[in-house]
Amino acid sequence: MLSQLIEKAKNGRRRAIAQLITLVENDQEAARTIVAALYSETGTAHIVGITGPPGSGKSTLVNEIAKEYRKREQLVGIVAVDPSSPFTGGALLGDRVRMRDLSGDRGIFIRSMASRGSLGGLARSTGNVVKVLDAAGFQVILIETVGAGQAEVEIANAALTTLVIEAPGMGDDIQTIKAGILEIADLLVVNKMDRPGSDRTVKALQTMLHMGTVRRDESHHGRAMTATGPNLAVSDLKSTWHVPLLETVAIEGLGVSPVVDAIQEHRNHLIKSGDWLEREKMRSRREVGQLLQDRFMSKLQLTVPLDERETIIEAVARRQLDPYSAVERLFEQAHASEEAP
Amino acid sequence: MDVHPIRVLVAKPGLDGHDRGAKVVARALRDAGMEVIYTGLRQTPEMIVEAALQEDVDVIGLSILSGAHLSLTPRIMELMAENDMVDVPVFLGGIIPHDDVPALKEMGITGVFGPGTNTETIISSIRESVVAKPADRES
Repeated sequence: MLSQLIEKAKNGRRRAIAQLITLVENDQEAARTIVAALYSETGTAHIVGITGPPGSGKSTLVNEIAKEYRKREQLVGIVAVDPSSPFTGGALLGDRVRMRDLSGDRGIFIRSMASRGSLGGLARSTGNVVKVLDAAGFQVILIETVGAGQAEVEIANAALTTLVIEAPGMGDDIQTIKAGILEIADLLVVNKMDRPGSDRTVKALQTMLHMGTVRRDESHHGRAMTATGPNLAVSDLKSTWHVPLLETVAIEGLGVSPVVDAIQEHRNHLIKSGDWLEREKMRSRREVGQLLQDRFMSKLQLTVPLDERETIIEAVARRQLDPYSAVERLFEQAHASEEAP
Repeated sequence: MDVHPIRVLVAKPGLDGHDRGAKVVARALRDAGMEVIYTGLRQTPEMIVEAALQEDVDVIGLSILSGAHLSLTPRIMELMAENDMVDVPVFLGGIIPHDDVPALKEMGITGVFGPGTNTETIISSIRESVVAKPADRES
């Protein structure tokens, strides 16, 4: 029974937690029931996103951060996302290779996820997996994204604190003033400080920070409900957080304790400034928007028969109908069938 | 439940450092559309079973080239039983003498793949084992 499984997971039973995660990942209907049952008990964990380019040391740093949190007696959940093949749907989830120190510790729960076609650096159901771990009592949840390039910024919506890792030798200082991933950082970490060129990387990032960073938090002018695209709101928010630049050699565990201190400081800042709620609102707005969009799509699929939809698509392909008019027609049809008795 | 990729844990228990075979198999399973959780070298039975539990995998694949299969396997199967995971099929690959296969099957190993096994054989055996598994996993 699903309700028994949910009870067991809430009590921290590991097999039940794992099975619930599988359900929220694979089964939309079950996800609905599970989230409805758990939601009121979520929202207490601190959710930390860790992102950066492939090979910058994300898994190794996650491993070290988790160990540091364990020293501080926090229960740690880890969700590690790796890409799915666009061709076969298969995936090689290899983040555990760097996390072997953590096994055997009952205060840690690691779950690997395949991105399953999502492009923002996370899987579609990552948010729900986090909710399961949150409700199961994990106090810190680390989300490791797919190796990110420049535009995989979805993590900033899923996490309360976003840590962006860079490593030396990834490009010149023009990279640091491009829009995208560096903008979402609440903490910047230069890893592999033992490598040549690390000082230059630090300097370039410092210069970028001195130019000022853009706040990502929601403005109060009321944004439209946006369900797709990176659309992180940029605003004139009252509170200021100065993005710290930290240096680590994660493989040797160097510089990790200051990173965890900085995460905790950011958490305190969010609570004191009221940004915590702002970020939660931003996340909720996107989540509800996405679900609404899914709901509408499935309704459309139920109410407008496939062959009718295909006819319209074909008309667009043959240039007999423009895409906007096609949407208009589909929208009207979905609406009309709703009003029919 | 919606259709979803088969999740497989590929692990190397014991102390030999030869992971080429495990990586080749992991890659082949990935290309067959499975989600492969690769854990790396020198895993203890405890580490393997705990990873399989957390990842809620459909199948476990073990690669052993050290000759320690008769001592590592019973411990793994015992831990799986303790964690109520007897329904998860376990496959073995590596250097496994033919004469040991009956004993391993006796311990609950679903299949043994020696050197030269075609990856297609491994893929189809895994698929069959998952289909054959009892469907109700929610109880």
